[in-house]
Amino acid sequence: MSAAHGEPLTATSYIHHHLTNLAVGSGFWTFHLDTLIVSGAVGLLVFGSLAVIAGRATSGVPKGWQNFFEMVLGFVNQQVKDTYHGNNPLIAPLAITIFVWVFSMNAMDLIPVDFLPWATQQATGNEHLPFKFVPTTDPNLTFAMSITVFLIMMFLNFKVKGFGAFMHEVFAVPFGLKLAPINFLFRVIEDIAKPISLSLRLFGNMYAGEMVFILIGLLGIWQLPLALPWELFHILIITLQAFVFMMLTIVYMSMASESH
Amino acid sequence: MSINATLIGQMIWFAIFIWITMKFIWPPLQKAMADRQQQIADGLAAAERGKHDLELAAKRSAEALREAKDRANVIAAEADKQARRTIEEAKEAAKLEAEKVYNAKLAELEQEAERARSALRERVAELAVAGAEKILRREVNASAHADMLAALKQEL
Repeated sequence: MSAAHGEPLTATSYIHHHLTNLAVGSGFWTFHLDTLIVSGAVGLLVFGSLAVIAGRATSGVPKGWQNFFEMVLGFVNQQVKDTYHGNNPLIAPLAITIFVWVFSMNAMDLIPVDFLPWATQQATGNEHLPFKFVPTTDPNLTFAMSITVFLIMMFLNFKVKGFGAFMHEVFAVPFGLKLAPINFLFRVIEDIAKPISLSLRLFGNMYAGEMVFILIGLLGIWQLPLALPWELFHILIITLQAFVFMMLTIVYMSMASESH
Repeated sequence: MSINATLIGQMIWFAIFIWITMKFIWPPLQKAMADRQQQIADGLAAAERGKHDLELAAKRSAEALREAKDRANVIAAEADKQARRTIEEAKEAAKLEAEKVYNAKLAELEQEAERARSALRERVAELAVAGAEKILRREVNASAHADMLAALKQEL
């Protein structure tokens, strides 16, 4: 717990402080600087290193990081191959980006919940500076990803199936052309549900996990035996959520590329 | 906690990272992996080929060995036969030779014997003549009875 000067620190203010984004601007044009900076920094670090490793990749015996990332990316690619039966050069990189990025951002949750905010406050000299260090607990990020996935999905619907076939699918499936409005309604609900469930699942899981860390942080000395099990359990959750987001994206892309 | 312009920023970040992955990460890594797969496949194929070659060579060498053995057997048998024939021939030749030598020796001996006999006969005749001469010296004229003596000599 970081003690704030002047006012007594209550559980409410502690939680509130931890759940507040560092924001600039007003109304819709508000930017959550912490989300933008952390997600961008994490992404640049991970994808920058990956680009360097991939640039140096040899076809000989893979060593160290190349070996590790070949394993991870090979795993993702295997999922893509198993699920997506088209031959689209976008799908594998998309799935890799989602898995690696979401995992890295989720992994910020494993850093002790008070450490990075405290460090930022020390660095900036502002004791009240809010700074959320897990970008995936910001629905803006999860919605940004799921909406991008949705846009790519729509693009594939039009590109792979063609406008006519896609329209036929929207209005004639599953009940036939006579019930076109109902079919259309079903389709709209189905397609809208995809990005919403995708983003809210990730956001909900990470937000809840973060919340549990904060609550454990409130327990004083008792947080010591509790933080570790939750941390270990959380390793499973962050990997699982990254995997689920990636997997569902592949499935949606596959559905967008195959006619019923 | 509200939806705001951060969304747009995050979409831009996401697009940038997808682009990086698509451009700089996945293709080279995939190429390295595919190349390695190809190399391993080639290596395995080469090993398989080598094994096959080895098997073939072993089979060929065994065949050559067997052939050589067969040929050696044939040659040995032939040589055996030849040797036997040679011995047989030699024996035959030796027998003939021996017979020839025997006959020649026999003839020679007979000749010798004949010669000795005739010499002996002459000698006996001479002795007889000499004896007769001694007896007849006094009353027989050698020259007058030469014919008779010669006939006597012949008779002996």
